[in-house]
Amino acid sequence: MKEEFKVISKLIDEKSRVLDVGCGDGILMEYLSKNKIVDVRGLEISKEKVKKCLSKGLAVVEGDAEFDLKQFPDLSFDYVILSQTLQAFMSPENVIEDLLRVGKKVIVTIPNFGHWKIRVDLLFKGEMPITKNLPYEWYNTPNLHMCTIQDFYNFCNNKGINIFKTISLNGQKISKITPSNLKYKNLISELGIFLLEK
Amino acid sequence: MSNFDKIKSITIKQPLKLDCGKEISNFPLAYETYGNLNEKKDNAILVFHALTGDQFASGQNPVTNKEGWWNYAVGPGKAFDTEKFFVICANVIGGCMGSYGPGTIDPKTNKPIGTNFPVITINDMVNAQHNLLDHFKIEKLFAVAGGSMGGMQVLQFVSNFPNKAKVALPIACTASHSAQNIAFNELGRQAIMSDTNWKDGLYDGKTSNPDKGLAVARMAAHITYLSKKGLQEKFGRNLQERSDLKFGFDADFQIESYLRYQGSVFVDRFDANSYLYITRAMDYFDLTKQHGGNLSKAFKGSKTKFFIISFTSDWLYPTSENKDIVIALNAIGADVGFVEIKTDKGHDSFLLDVPDFLSTIKNYLSTTYININERRI
Repeated sequence: MKEEFKVISKLIDEKSRVLDVGCGDGILMEYLSKNKIVDVRGLEISKEKVKKCLSKGLAVVEGDAEFDLKQFPDLSFDYVILSQTLQAFMSPENVIEDLLRVGKKVIVTIPNFGHWKIRVDLLFKGEMPITKNLPYEWYNTPNLHMCTIQDFYNFCNNKGINIFKTISLNGQKISKITPSNLKYKNLISELGIFLLEK
Repeated sequence: MSNFDKIKSITIKQPLKLDCGKEISNFPLAYETYGNLNEKKDNAILVFHALTGDQFASGQNPVTNKEGWWNYAVGPGKAFDTEKFFVICANVIGGCMGSYGPGTIDPKTNKPIGTNFPVITINDMVNAQHNLLDHFKIEKLFAVAGGSMGGMQVLQFVSNFPNKAKVALPIACTASHSAQNIAFNELGRQAIMSDTNWKDGLYDGKTSNPDKGLAVARMAAHITYLSKKGLQEKFGRNLQERSDLKFGFDADFQIESYLRYQGSVFVDRFDANSYLYITRAMDYFDLTKQHGGNLSKAFKGSKTKFFIISFTSDWLYPTSENKDIVIALNAIGADVGFVEIKTDKGHDSFLLDVPDFLSTIKNYLSTTYININERRI
């Protein structure tokens, strides 16, 4: 079980309605429905992955978040989750706006481009970094809009989005991110998990 | 056709008020079942057939001696696994496989009812089939399923009887019959009605039938069930048992011969008037309009789990129309799954051996059955 999913699960209250955007094979959905009393739905772009989810009996709809989030009414979910997908959208800004419209709370996970290994790679090798979380070459990466934890933090502040909690994930290590340790956490975190509200 | 005595049926005694305003009572509804109803009576699946289907979804149809129309999907170990589930399928009213339809003999005249049969709707069909639940003493169905017109019946059933099915599988269908589909149906009807043997629908069903008209209707419709790519790959410009063109109007091309064959075998098993009535029912289907222009209202408060499936090459009931149903369900927070299956087999995909489609249904149904029982959803 991915540490990230455990963290996400802890952020979610019992008896809530959850939408997992970009739910993939439905691992997080399964984890949530086994460990919590939640009503969880998924949206996924890959036919193969949708079929896997449906084979497991999960309520997953094939669709593209950039177009298909529109069909969900305002505040129709207690939580909307976007796990490591934001960077792949054509317009992350619009997607975040839609997530905040559909969900009362939004959980966003971003692979942190500010991690020291990435910085070192770029600084010394002069090549686009390839890591465990970002395993692609520059020419075949689906990740169009990489950002750092600091970038996303700034983005939320500029947009007037409330950040309730920010959590750093580095390997198995889970820690809180606060305004005072932000610069440091931006250097050592592989993932940043944000709990947001409009 | 013989072996009509092998058809099971119930007689619906209480009056059924039809959408056209007329009332029918004491009429037969023919059905077939597969698998066994368990003690808890919680494993029943009601399957609805499409335009030219009947109650014989699986195995051998005893009247036509042909394979059941959903043989790929219904049977032991198949998508609708009859080792687990009790599958019920009825012939729709208006049909010609033992249910009350235009071919039913009127005891007063000893002739087929013909066009004196009332115009029926998808709503009427579903209301008639609901009687099967009482017949089998089933409180709640595990699932309702069907493709094309069968899918329309699924939607209408769930809308009419919100708490009677735990799972709904509308496949390759629509909530509102499109202008294009009405147009194709009208083409078929005109072919039948312009056959001199049709006689305003009062043919005797023995000596003279509007076979030519019905065959043309079937040929035209059959094209709409396939995709351009599928046709091209299967037939291309291949010639039929000849090395060159014959400069005449025989079937030079394999596709011509194939369509003629489809037309000719169809008339042996289907009644032209049934074709008129059932296509009309499809044309009249507009679940959105039934609910004041808001499709979501059709499913308001429904606890049913929906699983909607469309096919990439289906241009008769395209993904966009199936997705409209998904959108209406999402708008009210219903439990809905949706996938578009990639295939070149066109609208007919739901009847054919499309492994992705069949395996996803099989897994979905078996997992959901377990989930519902364990978690008591």
